[in-house]
Amino acid sequence: MIGLEHIVKYFHKGSVNEVFALNDINLRLAEGDFVTVIGSNGAGKSTLLNCIAGSFFPDSGKIFIGEGDVTRWPEYKRAGLISRVFQNPLLGTCPSATIEQNMALAALRGQKRSLGRGVKGSDRERFRTELRQLGLGLEDRLLDKVGLLSGGQRQALTMLMATMVKPEVLLLDEHIAALDPKTAGHILALTEEIVASRRLTTMMITHNMKHAISFGNRLLMLHQGRVLLDLCGSDKKTLTVKDLLEQFYLAQGEELAMDSLLLG
Amino acid sequence: MTWYAALGAVEQGLVYGIMVIGVYLTFRILDFPDLTVDGSLPLGAAVSAVAISSGVNPYLSLLLALGGGFCAGMVTAFLNTKFKILHLLASILTMIALYSINIRIMNGPNVALLGSETVFDAVTRLGVPSHFAGLVVFGLFAALVVGGMVWFMGTEIGQAVLATGDNPQMITSQGVNIHMVIIFGVGLSNGLVALSGALIAQNQGAADVGMGLGTIVAGLASVIIGETVFGCQTMARAFIAALLGSIVYRLAIALALGLELGGFRFNPSDLNLITALLVIVALITPNLKRRLLAR
Repeated sequence: MIGLEHIVKYFHKGSVNEVFALNDINLRLAEGDFVTVIGSNGAGKSTLLNCIAGSFFPDSGKIFIGEGDVTRWPEYKRAGLISRVFQNPLLGTCPSATIEQNMALAALRGQKRSLGRGVKGSDRERFRTELRQLGLGLEDRLLDKVGLLSGGQRQALTMLMATMVKPEVLLLDEHIAALDPKTAGHILALTEEIVASRRLTTMMITHNMKHAISFGNRLLMLHQGRVLLDLCGSDKKTLTVKDLLEQFYLAQGEELAMDSLLLG
Repeated sequence: MTWYAALGAVEQGLVYGIMVIGVYLTFRILDFPDLTVDGSLPLGAAVSAVAISSGVNPYLSLLLALGGGFCAGMVTAFLNTKFKILHLLASILTMIALYSINIRIMNGPNVALLGSETVFDAVTRLGVPSHFAGLVVFGLFAALVVGGMVWFMGTEIGQAVLATGDNPQMITSQGVNIHMVIIFGVGLSNGLVALSGALIAQNQGAADVGMGLGTIVAGLASVIIGETVFGCQTMARAFIAALLGSIVYRLAIALALGLELGGFRFNPSDLNLITALLVIVALITPNLKRRLLAR
């Protein structure tokens, strides 16, 4: 369960560059919800996910993960409850460590680290089994440094690592945007499979309206730091790209109208 | 170069090699250029010398030195992580402060250890000739430090240290507090540097506040020479390369100082110039090699 209550966030408050990034966001995700998040550039999608992950603290409002209030928890502490996959495939893995070392790091997400061996012999078989799911042949390359892998391979590995310890919520920040279409399709299929098989509560940012409609059971549209549209169940099933675009233009039209008022 | 000079250079390479391992940890693994070492090397020397002259066991004095260096490193890392002071600046501040602190510890600019028991006496008592005692003790400590670091980097915490330097965002998302890792890592690095300083002081029979001058440059030179000559494919190889790099560096210095071209000779005071030139050569060699091979 994830809950956001009256989240407000300004960037550069009080300066000429002031940005009202999140404007009174209220959100409640049930266990197993798969939410797709869309919105134009600067709508606050990434800001919302970063806020949940703890990259910064909100100016006001409360964040709940599980049953606890985590509003003041630093990022590393929340990491025990949250898994993230970033847009940049390089951000999710450690290039100078080997594949097995990376997986061992992820297998301890949110736990105390000790002076025991980083990669134990018994881990390897489990890592191989998990890597086999990817179908990329990485199970035979446990000792290769991750820096040698392609962006797509690294992103696939990151997806796998994100779920080695089951998170309360999985945050996907445009995680296929930097990949070529074929690899992107592969990672997206992998995402769907992992999310479904482990029944993960998931938030996925996407710029692709088709994906936003076809994936998940709930859809959020953000605009200027507010939730403009929140559809679930049958409302989302019957949604078309055309409907979404209309909503988009409606929102932007408001803006235009206000501009013309000001300028006229 | 005489055999005697070569032996001395290897000896120095081994003992300063412990410092180089520390520099490798911050500079390469944690990606934290740390100038604190110019102050923590004499700090280790001062702590050890003062402890010995007030009757502390010489081995215990090494531990005290290590602890002192660890604290100095922690101060630098604390200033950097908690107060967002640039790492270079934070380390310069600690280094400058250590100059005064070291004089306070020694109650003057230097402390002599003439006639006091040192870690070398135990070895000479075993029958090792005194001019080999340094080699044996330094070799032993250097091997211990390299082995310990290779072991440590393979542990769960060691892997977190590696990841902190490599990809801080990734390791934060895995639930590691990178501030704590940096504070610990820079502390450990300076602990090793202080240990190196303490051994040097016991060997040369004195601690001096000026003995840390240029430590970071010698450390960087050794790290880079080690990487260029011996490679750094695995963790074990990288640490051994750093140690060997230190020996090559000291040999190169000894060679340069013994050089005679017609009437020209280098003075010991030319050491800094030679070091700077060595570092420059070592830094541009990989680049030049790539360009020449690309043709």
